[in-house]
Amino acid sequence: MAKTVVQEFTKGLWAEIPPFRLVLGLCPTLAVTKGVENGIGMGIATTFVLVCSNILISMLRNIIPKRVRIACYIVVIATFVTVVELVMQAFAYPLFLKLGIFIPLIVVNCIVLGRAEAFAAKNGVLASFADGLGIGVGFTLSLTALSIVREVLGNGTFYDIPVFGPSFEPFSFMIQAPGAFVCLGLMLCVMNMLGKK
Amino acid sequence: MEADKPIQQEEKSSAVEETRHNMLTVSVSPHIKSRESVEKIMWSVVACLVPPLILSVFVFGLQTLIITLISVASCVAAEAVSQKLLKRPVTIRDGSAVITGLLMAYVIPPGVPYWIPILGAVMAIYVAKHLLGGIGFNIFNPALIGRAFLMATFPVAMTSAWLPPLRDAAIFTYMGQGVDAVSTATPLYVLKHYGVQALMEQFGSMSTIYRDFFMGLRPGCIGETSAFLLLLGGIFLIYKRYITWHIPVSVIVSVAFFTWIFGGDTLFTGNPLLAVLSGGVMLGAFFMATDYVTSPTQMTAKLIFGAGIGALTVLIRIKGGYPEGVCYAILLMNPLVPALEGWFKPKRFAPPKGALK
Repeated sequence: MAKTVVQEFTKGLWAEIPPFRLVLGLCPTLAVTKGVENGIGMGIATTFVLVCSNILISMLRNIIPKRVRIACYIVVIATFVTVVELVMQAFAYPLFLKLGIFIPLIVVNCIVLGRAEAFAAKNGVLASFADGLGIGVGFTLSLTALSIVREVLGNGTFYDIPVFGPSFEPFSFMIQAPGAFVCLGLMLCVMNMLGKK
Repeated sequence: MEADKPIQQEEKSSAVEETRHNMLTVSVSPHIKSRESVEKIMWSVVACLVPPLILSVFVFGLQTLIITLISVASCVAAEAVSQKLLKRPVTIRDGSAVITGLLMAYVIPPGVPYWIPILGAVMAIYVAKHLLGGIGFNIFNPALIGRAFLMATFPVAMTSAWLPPLRDAAIFTYMGQGVDAVSTATPLYVLKHYGVQALMEQFGSMSTIYRDFFMGLRPGCIGETSAFLLLLGGIFLIYKRYITWHIPVSVIVSVAFFTWIFGGDTLFTGNPLLAVLSGGVMLGAFFMATDYVTSPTQMTAKLIFGAGIGALTVLIRIKGGYPEGVCYAILLMNPLVPALEGWFKPKRFAPPKGALK
């Protein structure tokens, strides 16, 4: 592993940014990006879980038996998700209500488990930390970008502040499920176009 | 095995030839050549779609013409811009964008604001047609995607801007005033929520209803109301062999059949004639389900495709949240077309594989 810690961090911001490059974690991506607040909240929660679980799994990687590793990873991840859930209930209750079931569902987020299996189980603690942070920040940025487009067009607001005049008729299509798919598809398309050049 | 290769190549080139001439069955040579071209067929379809528009101007007022013209113009513009953006040859002359624009206008209510079809055109032409590969490659009918997008985006305008038919050809009536003051409910909406009795109170006795609905004197989308004119256009297309009878007939028969079984209070008491004459069944059966790109080419596949559309339409009408389901029924059957084509392959008249050595 010749890569430096900085490289492990920055790859999550562009080269492997989820969900645009690693097309993983689509369930929260599609479901919670109705508003910017939800998007950022979900991104930060996932980042916290990613970083912590990556560090712990990397520390335990030589202790965990190969045959039951997925179960062990899930236990580690679930622990941190419970931490996030309780913290959110205590300090950001409105956001917790908005995100609802998608907070506990971080346990089965492909990105978290994917990084545990593909990276943390094979690399040192520092590299795993950088990887988790990079991917987490990338995920947060993607969710924010997607939710900005969807909230501004679909609701006419940005972070619940109206951006257009009262005569603007919002495209309620964008905050519904089909809008999420179309919007994500178009963003993937743009990312591929930018990546080609 | 070596002899197989040239045969495949020949089939391939003949397939290209066939598509160019829009014959329906692709088989090995010899082929009958025809003078038909995409342009000629498309402009004939446009011609068949004009009478319902003229009627619509007299029934719903002059603004239907404006909405339709805006829809067509923005579809053609969207086609040109999309093709420029995607660096493809610009083919706005072939009339396919004109048809998309006409059909999209025909399935929106006559009292919507004028900017609504512009947004629908961008979705229909750019996203549903050109991002999926352009003409010949789109999975879904672009006009219906445009309508579905508008329904999801502007549900209020798209489900409330119905106008009561004008009886005195005063075509400027609805031009100046707000639509809210005069809007009415479509027959299917009345039927779904208030029953047959309320329908007869609003539209007269059953025989009046049949006559008016057949001629097109009922609230509804711009181009869907006149079963008579759509039937004429459809029969012309079948006579010219631009479409075959399989899809329209199977759609109409299956709507009638399933409505007869499930449409009434008890089994086998539904009113099939009313079901076929209301909503967009006629327009969908003749002009939308038969779109070349998004419908099957094999006869059995066509019959199943049409029957599926009819069954889904009735299902949505009876159980769904919307009073009318033709649009979504066609959109749901569109992605099944490749599978249907695969299940009903034409008979191979070539020697079995490996026989030629």
